[in-house]
Amino acid sequence: MNTSDCQYIRIQGVEQTFRTPKGQFPALRQIDLTVRKGDFVTLIGHSGCGKSTLLNLIAGLTTPSAGVLLCAGKEIAGPGPERAMVFQNHSLLPWLTCFDNVYLGVERVFGSAENKAQLRARTGQALELVGLAHAAGKRPGEISGGMKQRVGIARALAMEPKVLLMDEPFGALDALTRARLQDELLEIVAKTRATVVMVTHDVDEAVLLADRIVMMTNGPAATIGEVLHVDLPRPRSRVALADDPQYQHYRKAVIDFLYTRQAHVEKAA
Amino acid sequence: MVAAVFHSPLETPAAPAPAVTPAAAAMVAVASPAPVTAPPQAPARDLRGLWLAVLPPVLGFALLLLIWQAIASTADSGIPSPAQTWAQAVQVFAEPFYRNGPNDQGVGWNVLSSLQRVAVGFGLAALVGIPAGFAIGRSVFLSRMFNPLISLLRPVSPLAWLPIGLLVFKGANPAAIWTIFICSIWPMVINTAVGVQRVPQDYLNVARVLDLSEWKVFTTILLPAVLPYLLTGVRLAVGTAWLVIVAAEMLTGGVGIGFWVWDEWNNLNVASIIIAIFVIGIVGLLLELALVKLASLFTYEEVRS
Repeated sequence: MNTSDCQYIRIQGVEQTFRTPKGQFPALRQIDLTVRKGDFVTLIGHSGCGKSTLLNLIAGLTTPSAGVLLCAGKEIAGPGPERAMVFQNHSLLPWLTCFDNVYLGVERVFGSAENKAQLRARTGQALELVGLAHAAGKRPGEISGGMKQRVGIARALAMEPKVLLMDEPFGALDALTRARLQDELLEIVAKTRATVVMVTHDVDEAVLLADRIVMMTNGPAATIGEVLHVDLPRPRSRVALADDPQYQHYRKAVIDFLYTRQAHVEKAA
Repeated sequence: MVAAVFHSPLETPAAPAPAVTPAAAAMVAVASPAPVTAPPQAPARDLRGLWLAVLPPVLGFALLLLIWQAIASTADSGIPSPAQTWAQAVQVFAEPFYRNGPNDQGVGWNVLSSLQRVAVGFGLAALVGIPAGFAIGRSVFLSRMFNPLISLLRPVSPLAWLPIGLLVFKGANPAAIWTIFICSIWPMVINTAVGVQRVPQDYLNVARVLDLSEWKVFTTILLPAVLPYLLTGVRLAVGTAWLVIVAAEMLTGGVGIGFWVWDEWNNLNVASIIIAIFVIGIVGLLLELALVKLASLFTYEEVRS
């Protein structure tokens, strides 16, 4: 692995300050992070700590107040299909079928190089990957929340992004559906070898999925408190890991960080 | 107010539907002897539902006729009775499309010319209002620039614009169309602008992440997201336009349902005026129904987080 792969995403000295009616609000300060190609990184922290702010910066949806973000050696100047995003509330267009929702991204990325049949084949494959080939003709309003989120993942994956950004993708789902989608995601990532940055507030999700867990301090002016390397062999099985001492150790480390050192202090109103 | 008046009769078309069920059930029962033993309460209950659906509207119309008859039978009211009006209506509708010169034409021609004026005025308003609404919705600058003007002009009665139309266009017909234009443009501008402002940020983020072209954003995201709002604007605009055209035509003359009302008043033919009132109501109701139907085709479940 050469240096550019070791430092696939580089975040240097990033700060983010929002202008609010009450004055300047410092959301992030001194964020320094590098992500290797093919790594699965989770960002965890209490709500309001700027996890999503950081993810939006990597996506290019917002620009930092200070500092630089690089992806594959190039500065991130705006959003682009090479950094696909899976949104927390799936954000499917309700007037398009699942197929057309996925096709929209496929057409944008591969439309200039491939013909319609190839584009349609890609779209079909992506839906198959998330196990939704049968729902291709349905509108988002006609399928369950878990299925919508899988379409959202299919839309992102179909673009063959270099980086997959996920903003609490399973946060709105029930525990059983969430576990199933986590397992599916593990398989998909193993197959596609995508680089993933995922925001979560679920300790088990973070440990189960990640190669590295980036733990963030409380806001305002949040920063990276600690980075935990999760050295569990893949493929990982949630059942086998349930009583694995190594897994428990990582889990304990994250819980310790979140609830002992960064115990959430409610701000006086 | 228009909606309130027009909406209550909307429930009635749904009502006769249960009527099919008991009839169909009865036919099945006759065809095969086995289900005859089915509990007899079921059709009875259906019949009761039918009663509740049909009876109140029928009673409503009966009450109207009763009051009408009572007023008509007082000595010097000058209002023709429902029976006299009906007789007159049969005569009027026997030949709705006759022409005896420019001032004496059938009720069909009058309704069609009114509809034509509404269509032209409304179409021009849509051509100007919908793009203006998109521009105002997309740009904070334009929104701040035009909102005070719209707030100022919107409450003005459209008829106040009629003299300006007569002055500028030097003709009754263009002035009536101008009045329709000015009254239909506001609901379309405002609703389109609100619709554009309410396009969920998530959809626009999707567009940015996918890096879609402006045209693609417009056709696949903005337009479908705004369409329900836009159609509400269109519905309000058509409703107002149909209210206004009658009044405008009374003032401008020519051919049209409003002019027809005024003409019959000059002939002291009150039965025709009552007929015209029903015709105006029914045409307005049909316009409303058509647009509600159209809007329902383009309304999608909204995404909720």
